[in-house]
Amino acid sequence: MENIIEVKNLTKKYGEFTAVDSISFVVSKGIVFAFLGPNGAGKTTTIRMLTTLLDPTEGKISLAGYDSVKDEDGVRRSFGIVFQDPSLDEELTALENMELHGVLYSVPKKVRKKRIEELLNIVELWDRRNEPTKNFSGGMKRRLEIARGLLHHPKILFLDEPTLGLDPQTRNHIWSYIKNLNKREGITVFFTTHYMDEAERVADEVNVIDHGKIVAAGSPAELKKKTETNSLEEAFLALTGRDIREEAQSTQADMRMHRKMWRH
Amino acid sequence: MSTIYILWLRQLKRYFRSRSRIIGSLGQPLLFLVALGFGFGPIYAKAGGGNYLNFLAPGIIAMSILFTALFSGIEIIWDRQFGFLKETLVAPVPRIQIMLGRTLGGATVATFQGIIVFLISLIAGFRPTTLTLLPLALVFVFLIALLFTALGTAIASMLQDMQGFQLIMNFLVMPIFFLSGALFPLNGLSKILTVVVKANPLAYGVDGLRYCFDGIHSFPLATDLLVLSLVTLALMFIGSYLFSKIEA
Ligand SMILES: Nc1ncnc2c1ncn2[C@@H]1O[C@H](COP(=O)(O)OP(=O)(O)OP(=O)(O)O)[C@@H](O)[C@H]1O
Ligand SMILES: [Mg+2]
Repeated sequence: MENIIEVKNLTKKYGEFTAVDSISFVVSKGIVFAFLGPNGAGKTTTIRMLTTLLDPTEGKISLAGYDSVKDEDGVRRSFGIVFQDPSLDEELTALENMELHGVLYSVPKKVRKKRIEELLNIVELWDRRNEPTKNFSGGMKRRLEIARGLLHHPKILFLDEPTLGLDPQTRNHIWSYIKNLNKREGITVFFTTHYMDEAERVADEVNVIDHGKIVAAGSPAELKKKTETNSLEEAFLALTGRDIREEAQSTQADMRMHRKMWRH
Repeated sequence: MSTIYILWLRQLKRYFRSRSRIIGSLGQPLLFLVALGFGFGPIYAKAGGGNYLNFLAPGIIAMSILFTALFSGIEIIWDRQFGFLKETLVAPVPRIQIMLGRTLGGATVATFQGIIVFLISLIAGFRPTTLTLLPLALVFVFLIALLFTALGTAIASMLQDMQGFQLIMNFLVMPIFFLSGALFPLNGLSKILTVVVKANPLAYGVDGLRYCFDGIHSFPLATDLLVLSLVTLALMFIGSYLFSKIEA
């Protein structure tokens, strides 16, 4: 099978601290790929490099055939993303946030209208589409961000903890929509989550990252077999140990934690 | 084109929806007009300068454009902190278009602000000797707006957070304002001060506005236009280069 993402010896250093430590992996086209790891493992940092937001300290990334440093525009044309951190314009309404995204991604007007209505209905925000998003609850903002991320249909969809803070109903709706997109349009899905049951249910392949290094790779079944466990959660704990991670201090990481807590 | 338009529109929506920001930003020019205009008016007249308010108003208009434009540019830092910046940075459109949309939006807002302050100064007693050059005045207003929005964009592209902000206010914005000839005439300044003023792009904006409203000026009109246009162009280049290098 063709690889839509190829990562080689990718490293990111923040000063002295190595957040991502020479990782290599590939993602085959059309699969649902779970990138799992404890807090501070380096998942978001990796995604930021994959999506041209951050320059790698070392290493090479090829995404849909484009080099992430030499051909940023090509890479940007190939993916969509739902960020872990907030990314809405809170002064704009839900509809305006969607519209703006649709225009940035050149979704034709007709398709745009239709999809916006469909997606806002799925995340149950259609009735509140004309409200500025600063009035929304944390979960509602999250739902809007996901709807926005699904507005255009890229080759690769990055989802960084998409379902964080969402109720089980919404989580199910969203995952079945994403699964459907993956099947029908062959969109490759690259996601992170701390809900292991979710990963076990939807992922075709899993890579586990810890302390900036990839410690295991395979399908959920393979990982369970390798660790002789019965669930992906147990396999995950067997692979990454049971201690709670102390994150290296950084304002950005701090901010993210605050936002996360505030969202709940 | 649609990218530029939608981001331009976004800046306008944000501006018109924050009434408190509009009202707040009108208070300062009003205060300057009233306090300085009426405070220094008699002295200025006694010194043979004529109507001080007529001299002052173009300076205050330029000031309000300067502040609004720079803040619009610097809004990038807020967008970074609230997270919206990423959404535009990963979009599959050339970053220069994003920068252009934002900057034109900010410049439009600042232009609008300049027009309101012009109207306020009319109420306060500003009496332009001619209104035939009003279209040219509008060109100057827009150039000043564009120049300083681009400067704000360039600065904000290099800053991670608001910590450097006070520094910029005290060592860049305030000097630009006070050393632009907005408050005092440029003839008869010391040599050093003259050099500083001549290196200040706002001085040419103030001078151009004064020419349009009152016919008085220190530099030739062509110089005003040329300097403003060239500096704006240069800052747009620098701004879009720095913006294209932003990491998030
Ligand atoms: N801008 C930064 N400056 C310094 N250190 C950083 C910065 N961003 C992230 N880090 C550090 O890099 C490490 C990896 O962070 P990253 O956000 O990639 O983790 P993560 O796997 O996404 O964790 P989580 O599950 O909590 O989202 C952490 O230790 C973090 O503190
Ligand atoms: Mg993360």
